Amino acid sequence: MNRIVGCVSLATIAACSAPPQERAHDRLSPDEIVSGSVFLTAETRALQADDFANPGFLWVDRGEALFSEAPQTGPACVSCHADGLAGVAATYPAYDSDTDTVLNIEGRINQCRAKHQGASSLDYESDELLSLTAYIANQSRGAPVSVDTSGSARAVYEEGARYFRTRRGQFNLSCQQCHTENWGKRLRGDTLSQGHGNGFPAYRLEWQSMGSLHRRLRDCDMGVRAEPLPYGDPLYIAVELYLAARADGLEVESPAVRR
Amino acid sequence: MIWRALAAGLCLSACGAPNSALIDQDMITGDSIEQPLVNAPGDPVRGQRLFVDRDAGHCVLCHQVMGLDAEFQGNIGPDLSLVGARLSPGQLRLRIVDYQIVRPGTLMPSYYRIHDLHQVEETHSGAPILSARDIEDIVAYLERRKDVEDDA
Ligand code: HEC
Ligand code: HEC
Repeated sequence: MNRIVGCVSLATIAACSAPPQERAHDRLSPDEIVSGSVFLTAETRALQADDFANPGFLWVDRGEALFSEAPQTGPACVSCHADGLAGVAATYPAYDSDTDTVLNIEGRINQCRAKHQGASSLDYESDELLSLTAYIANQSRGAPVSVDTSGSARAVYEEGARYFRTRRGQFNLSCQQCHTENWGKRLRGDTLSQGHGNGFPAYRLEWQSMGSLHRRLRDCDMGVRAEPLPYGDPLYIAVELYLAARADGLEVESPAVRR
Repeated sequence: MIWRALAAGLCLSACGAPNSALIDQDMITGDSIEQPLVNAPGDPVRGQRLFVDRDAGHCVLCHQVMGLDAEFQGNIGPDLSLVGARLSPGQLRLRIVDYQIVRPGTLMPSYYRIHDLHQVEETHSGAPILSARDIEDIVAYLERRKDVEDDA
């Protein structure tokens, strides 16, 4: 049987290796908000915590280089952001009045490219976009997630909340049923976390790569045999905003390491 | 206007297959479907395989059966080691077919249902997760889970 195929459907939404031995989450109270790393093995947590061993830092480092590299069509990112972007990613997705939309970090990067660098959009999951996103997200590591869901962002937040609660796919399950009502329980080899986005972009052992939050959401949707939304879809950005508001106060961990 | 309404009406009956229920209301008594979905008796050996197989039922994702040869069985759903002592074949059948009929909010997926689903992946739309025969084989496997001594 094909292991890759086997690892994608709900039938196997969970990755295909051993369950965590440590059960650090056993003592949590039901309304405590905790990061996905709490549900991982001590080894995976240690890998995440070690900046030299954590494979996500390959992308962070490449992102740092790209940040100060000028595209042929305009100035480098660093020429506008000489002081870096500490703490910024913790406030994203955020409403952008220019476009009258809510942008995530990927969207902001592409908007800056269009507006200030005369450059084309980078594709989701391209090495460049993952690297720049990881570099920017990493500058918020340790900062509490804190997004603004008031004013123009409100309707988008509500839309995300609705997506989270809606049952979908051939398995007819919602995000909420797995990540709010059943976190801490075992889904075959995985332990369900609360489904926060604070570790993304994250290095997933199953992907053998860094991946965006949207890639994770697509995996969850396909896991219940629902048609996944396209990368960058406004509805996934709405879910991203809802997840961030739901994770309020949790520390940004990107680049996290996940199973 | 009228034409469009008519076309929509036609579609409901003619091309509405994905929206119509596989199970008639009159097949349900209480919380049970007494009538087997196929004529041949279920095969418990095949049922056990489907119960474990990732590409079939993969029930071990959420359930445990003591002694069953499958690592890392889930615990989101109840332990089914002795479920045959607790539930009749008809009750088992309904729970696997579409438990949401009697427990609308339940997490237990509906394995034999194609109506009222949402955003289903193209490759899976219009088909239930398991076939009628698959369901009968799994029922045959589970109804025998009555005793700790039963081999799993
Ligand atoms: C059938 C169960 C199931 C459903 C439904 C589901 N997920 Fe997940 N999700 C998982 C599993 C298993 C993982 C990997 C382990 C973990 O972190 O929970 C995961 C991981 C995640 C993560 C990564 C968490 C981390 O810290 O790495 C996020 C974010 C997430 N899910 C969000 C969602 C959203 C949003 C939806 C709905 C669109 C959804 N999930 C639907 C099972 C599910
Ligand atoms: C995504 C998780 C999940 C999967 C996969 C799953 N179940 Fe369940 N199942 C549950 C939950 C949760 C319940 C309890 C439902 C309730 O009480 O509302 C349940 C209940 C049941 C019951 C009733 C048990 C009792 O003691 O009342 C049976 C029988 C059952 N499941 C069989 C199966 C079979 C057979 C499969 C695979 C073909 C399967 N389940 C797959 C989650 C799951």
